[in-house]
Amino acid sequence: MNIHEYQAKRLFARYDIPIPGGDVATTPQEARQIAEKLGVPVVVKAQVLVGGRGKAGGIKLARNPDEAAARAEEILGMDIKGLTVEKVLVDEAADIQDELYLGVVLDRGNKRVILMGSSEGGVDIEEVAATSPEKIVRVTVEPLLGLREFQARQLAYGMGLDKGLVRQFVGIAQGLYRAFMENDASLAEINPLVVTGDGRLLAVDGKMNIDDSGLFRHPEIEAMRDTAEEDESERLAREAGLSYVDLDGEIGCMVNGAGLAMATMDIVKLYGGAPANFLDIGGGAKADKVAAALRIILSDPRVKAVLFNIFGGITRGDEVARGILEALSEIQTDVPMVVRLVGTRAEEGRQLLADAKMITAESLSDAAQKAVAAARGQLA
Amino acid sequence: MSILVDKNTRLLVQGITGREGEFHTRQMIEYGTNVVAGVTPGRGGQEVAGVPVFDTVAEAVEKTGANASVIFVPARFAPDAILESAASGIPLVVCITEGIPALDMINVVTYLDEKGTYLVGPNCPGLITPGECKVGIIPGNIVMPGPVGIVSRSGTLTYEVIWALTARGIGQSTCVGIGGDPVNGLRFIEVLELFEKDPQTEQIVLIGEIGGTAEERAAEYIKANISKPVVAFVAGQTAPPGKRMGHAGAIISGGEGRAEDKIAAFEAAGVPVAEHPEQIADIIAEMRS
Repeated sequence: MNIHEYQAKRLFARYDIPIPGGDVATTPQEARQIAEKLGVPVVVKAQVLVGGRGKAGGIKLARNPDEAAARAEEILGMDIKGLTVEKVLVDEAADIQDELYLGVVLDRGNKRVILMGSSEGGVDIEEVAATSPEKIVRVTVEPLLGLREFQARQLAYGMGLDKGLVRQFVGIAQGLYRAFMENDASLAEINPLVVTGDGRLLAVDGKMNIDDSGLFRHPEIEAMRDTAEEDESERLAREAGLSYVDLDGEIGCMVNGAGLAMATMDIVKLYGGAPANFLDIGGGAKADKVAAALRIILSDPRVKAVLFNIFGGITRGDEVARGILEALSEIQTDVPMVVRLVGTRAEEGRQLLADAKMITAESLSDAAQKAVAAARGQLA
Repeated sequence: MSILVDKNTRLLVQGITGREGEFHTRQMIEYGTNVVAGVTPGRGGQEVAGVPVFDTVAEAVEKTGANASVIFVPARFAPDAILESAASGIPLVVCITEGIPALDMINVVTYLDEKGTYLVGPNCPGLITPGECKVGIIPGNIVMPGPVGIVSRSGTLTYEVIWALTARGIGQSTCVGIGGDPVNGLRFIEVLELFEKDPQTEQIVLIGEIGGTAEERAAEYIKANISKPVVAFVAGQTAPPGKRMGHAGAIISGGEGRAEDKIAAFEAAGVPVAEHPEQIADIIAEMRS
């Protein structure tokens, strides 16, 4: 789960990381009031859960409250990469002398948490990694020891930080590490970490991703979930306990198992189609879950064919078939459907579906080719 | 021969009194696995499917000589269950449970590495040595004994590949599902090393997916250390960046974890990459003819 910049920064502040004064506005009037209260030039920043807000025109400077209201007016309601801006953060504009990068991430390869720092802040760290990898300094945290001060200093010196700033930096690095660990984050990032004209470090931007598997012990973070930012289908799927990602294609896919679901999408593409979604019904799904999944797939008007690929292990073919029939008893649809059932109770499932006018397939390749043909209206 | 589990495996089931634990215990016994003990704290003295239940792993090991454990307990109790097995000296722990926080797993694998305990999973289907021993949930009816070793980050996708091989009359030495989480136990490299040493295994199938760099590392390792032919498959070529595709570990982030990079790494290492799962069996059949 991702949280907004303002949420991440408020969380950072609880770990003694200095952030600019500011607040969130949902109307231009509120933006004006915040700017008035701050009494200094401000930055108005779109709060959407995608990168590249600046380039998209979602971050603007305002010298006074009137300008803050005008900029907020422009930004609110703006579409950034398919997401509508519902909130802006109005922050004190910082006096920026230098921009650094500081991040805490999971190093999957080494099964450790690492900190990364760079003198090249304010740009995508992936870009720095690609163009000048020598400008990224890393330290690995040993689980038993946690982040030690010497490691934070190692980062600071490696980044070429001014000696007078090292103490501040060590505090910020330790705060960010604690924020990461105590909230089950998979990413905590300050970019840029700004050096101000008067020699202070300031977290001007903040980003935090939370490990979904850790959310059960962080109800306060779960409460930050911005359902307005969630795709409607993805929200419905999450509530039904389905794993779903909306895509742009025309072939709806329902599969048991994440790896098989990806492989099914890929084979659709291989045979000239495009998947409309990733959907994993999980292991041992019952009919009601399957029905919910089919309703979500069919609610996408772009879907021209549905491909069911079920390899039964703990998932039973007859349960899946019942779920399909349950959904189809409520929904009127002409969308052609290709079904491939293999494994546990596949035969019973096929019999249940015999009267439902479905296109059946034996192999995955056969199923994918039939789905692509059906989407083109070449199969009845 | 085979790897990790065989007819000498004496299996302990953690969470045996739960719905999943009991169901799969019966399935494993039906397949011929020697399930010697179950553990559920507070349920010691009971029996499930004819298997004695103990309160602690230590007691179960002492009384039954269990030398492998499989875990079917909910995510919030699973890290403790893994550690309990490792602390009790069990050399192989297989964790089926999905949804364990990644930061918990860092601590767990750090301890297990120190103990020298092998962990398969979490968030995995387990492993099976056809005709000998099934640990986990891989359907026993789709496998057959034979020469192909399989290692995979996925569950049902692995079944698909096993099924395609079996349908062609090509059996398997051992099938290992290492799991779809970002922080797990055995990786491709460790399992490849075991297959390389196993005399029964003649060809190896590696099933990867988007996220992380385990496939790239495996490709380098194969080039330098594996003499047996390997066929690879990478799921998620159509996955968009930044979106988690079901598995906690299946996400393209920070320019890392893309399918095309993984495929390129295998090709650079001389490992053929199948275009779709069923083609893996075609390539293996060709290698064997």
